[in-house]
Amino acid sequence: MLRYLRRNPSLTFGASLLLLLLAFLVIGNFVVDTEDARPLSVATVQPPSWQYPFGTDRQGRDLLAVMVAGTPLTLRIGFIAGFLGVGIGSVLAFIAAYYRGWADTIIRGIADIGLTVPGLLVLIIIAVSVKGSLTVNQMAIVVASLAWLNPTRTIRAQVLTLRERGYVEMARLSGMSGPAIIFFELMPNLLPYLAATLVNAVSSAILASIGLEVLGLGPLEAPTLGMTLYWVNYNAAIINGWWWWWSAPIVVIVIVFLGLFFLTVGLDEVANPRLRRQA
Amino acid sequence: MTAFLQLRNVRKTYGGGMLEHSANVALETLSLTLDTAKPQITAVVGESGSGKTTLARLMLGLTDATEGQVLYQGEDITRLNAAGRRQFRRDVQAIFQDPYGVYNPFYRVDHVLTVPARNFAIASTRAEAQQKIADALRAVGLRPEEILGRYPHQLSGGQRQRIMVARALLLRPKLIVADEPVSMVDASLRATILASLRNLTDEFGISLLYITHDLATAYQVSDNILVMYRANVVEAGAVEPIVQRPQHPYTQLLIGSIPRVSTERTSSKGEASPRATVNDATATGCRFADRCPAVMAVCRREAPELHRSEDRRAIACHLQDTSPTLPAGDLSAVLT
Amino acid sequence: MTPVLQVQGLSVAFEHPLGLVRAVDNVSFALAPGERFGLAGESGSGKSTMALAILRMIRPPGRIDGGEVQLDGKRISHLDEDGMRVLRLAGIALVPQGSMNSLNPVIRIGRQIEDAYIDHGLKFSRAETDSRVGELLQTVGLPAEVARMYPHELSGGMKQRACIAIAICLRPKVIIADEPTSALDVVVQRQVMETLGRVQQELGAAVILVGHDMGLMAQFVDRLGIMYAGRLVEVAPIARMITNARHPYTRALIDALPSLEHRGALKGIPGLAPLLRDLPQGCAFHPRCALATDRCRSERPEVRTMGEGESIACHLA
Repeated sequence: MLRYLRRNPSLTFGASLLLLLLAFLVIGNFVVDTEDARPLSVATVQPPSWQYPFGTDRQGRDLLAVMVAGTPLTLRIGFIAGFLGVGIGSVLAFIAAYYRGWADTIIRGIADIGLTVPGLLVLIIIAVSVKGSLTVNQMAIVVASLAWLNPTRTIRAQVLTLRERGYVEMARLSGMSGPAIIFFELMPNLLPYLAATLVNAVSSAILASIGLEVLGLGPLEAPTLGMTLYWVNYNAAIINGWWWWWSAPIVVIVIVFLGLFFLTVGLDEVANPRLRRQA
Repeated sequence: MTAFLQLRNVRKTYGGGMLEHSANVALETLSLTLDTAKPQITAVVGESGSGKTTLARLMLGLTDATEGQVLYQGEDITRLNAAGRRQFRRDVQAIFQDPYGVYNPFYRVDHVLTVPARNFAIASTRAEAQQKIADALRAVGLRPEEILGRYPHQLSGGQRQRIMVARALLLRPKLIVADEPVSMVDASLRATILASLRNLTDEFGISLLYITHDLATAYQVSDNILVMYRANVVEAGAVEPIVQRPQHPYTQLLIGSIPRVSTERTSSKGEASPRATVNDATATGCRFADRCPAVMAVCRREAPELHRSEDRRAIACHLQDTSPTLPAGDLSAVLT
Repeated sequence: MTPVLQVQGLSVAFEHPLGLVRAVDNVSFALAPGERFGLAGESGSGKSTMALAILRMIRPPGRIDGGEVQLDGKRISHLDEDGMRVLRLAGIALVPQGSMNSLNPVIRIGRQIEDAYIDHGLKFSRAETDSRVGELLQTVGLPAEVARMYPHELSGGMKQRACIAIAICLRPKVIIADEPTSALDVVVQRQVMETLGRVQQELGAAVILVGHDMGLMAQFVDRLGIMYAGRLVEVAPIARMITNARHPYTRALIDALPSLEHRGALKGIPGLAPLLRDLPQGCAFHPRCALATDRCRSERPEVRTMGEGESIACHLA
């Protein structure tokens, strides 16, 4: 296992970044008082110091606390939406690709139409239509509503190639039923691909949620990364020169995306042995 | 008595929808009956594109016929109920050409033996099933302790091929459709595997449809032969007369082109340029006309029907127009 | 007469966690100019590795472990990569296994032949190039239009002949054809082999035909070498090989071929080819040999020359 990690630097790098972030969050939880992530907790607009390592914002939040409390929320949205999206997507993909016929036509049709519509636009419309502010979980559902479209398409393409394999025909000749073939013959061979798709979906979901939040359509009370950037904008932090306010979330966002990206590349390599580097 | 497996005027085409040019014929209309009362080996010989694989897939129910019906025990296989389907799958098994793709890389090779063993309930207890699997492996010259528990990539191509034969043996079907079962195997091993297949017929009474492009092995192991060219059966019947005294120009060409292990060197007479790979459904005339040394005017106009030129030989060629036509084009008459 | 190709003691080894594996073990043979030499053996015998080793195209984890190759009397086994590049195609050409998949699918055939010229530093005018390519295609029996076509537009046999055209474009002295007809049907196979034979004769080049089809060997080659477990166990003129082979493995191979003359028992060779990393003691073939003696089981037979261009590695010969 470790030998493989050495041969797959992307996977190692990505996993390391995310593990570092995780460590930061876990340790942070013990070290920092997350209550200070609420407004009016501490002195306002303080640059980074020993007392406030990340500084504070205009509404009196300790930014270190905000990062520690808010990052998991953003991640949670991403994971829920990503899992939901890939979960729904794979079920639909398997049905469409294995059974073909009208099931395939319908599923493919909906996915195709859905994919042509600008996602963010739809999300904005949904978010705006919801009365009052969204909770973090509601945010996840909103993003998930569109997250299944791409996975359906890509996983369907993979299943289409796999279903022509000799072992699938062999399974049919051995008396296996359709669902049994999907679950026992096709799925195990798709696990690496599904994993890569999942990480990808989580990444997109996080991006979508941050996008919505920056526009002010997210959970207003939650100290998520996107909301922090919203407040940055709202308070013209850049013009005012409060650089610590926008650097912290951006650095964390960059780490999250870099980590997820390299993880995807690494998993891609696992899924597609031809991409592997020579030892 | 209803026949075991019957192909009635079966034809398979691809494409030909509104926006495409005319359909491509994968298998031209064919009628054939396989009777299990007298188990025998029937070879289907042809190049790629001849339709032999399509024939196999139709018989296995992996593809549906565009015209005509495939009947199992008198019933159309596309209309079988679940129990009928199960019985069909139990009675008709396959050995595929590719000893790599048929194994799911995720599972050990046992998977390909245990799954059908369980689904077809070949034994009442797990121990009995294990015993039968071990016996089947031994029957093809493999040692169970060396094979079971391994992953496909850990075994050689020849071993994987033999596991497929063991699987067929394990299930004791009435008919085995073997599509190029030894093409990927070395010459020395080929003979051994074919001998074990011949044994299946002689000792266990299992009929075999042996699909191959290798006429020599077909000659050695089969009782009957169907020679196919571009979706048509051009010559069919008992294997000895057809190989020793081929009548159809294509069969003659095929046999003449096989390199013999002899000190005598033969040279070709310079055949025509390569042929098309698509069989246009709307084209008329014999498909071999372009390459036929004995081509006549009628050959380009009309596709020849099957004639019975001998008691055990059917041939589709205008050269045989004086012989009686084969009733209903049913090949069973010459394949006893 | 100087042999055009001389291989002496060539060995190729692969690093394997369980030990060093000799895919080619101390193989020696000589090729006369214009001669057709067959290299036959089953999968794992080392014949393809041999062909690649002559061209120094063995990649890690394999490496050439010893021996020497001489082309026209000049040592080539010590040349560096640049020196070998000049030789490949111009001195020794390869028609690789799966030739049909060796053609670049997005480049026209004519251009691929041109590339061979350009890679070897030959630049001609447009007219000159076109004329050369046209002639080449004609030599292999392809119509001139093929130059403007893409590989997928050609049939299997035509693609194979296109590969032969590329192989002969620089008029090499030796052509190595590695199973050139394995994916082709019997009728096309014959056409392609005749094409190969004809161009070889016109060029005066020697051919090494690597394969496992003894029938094909019988019809094409002048001399045949049999490989087993990495060693060249017998070399003899083809006529004698067919009628009176010395090595039991050769005889068994010929017997294993199904005949078209009469139906009889199918004769295989019992047992399996040995694992190269776990060769038996003594003669590698003894577990499968009906004539094995105690000496065969303990002592490995050395290769002995039996006459001009003939050799045998067997205690019983």
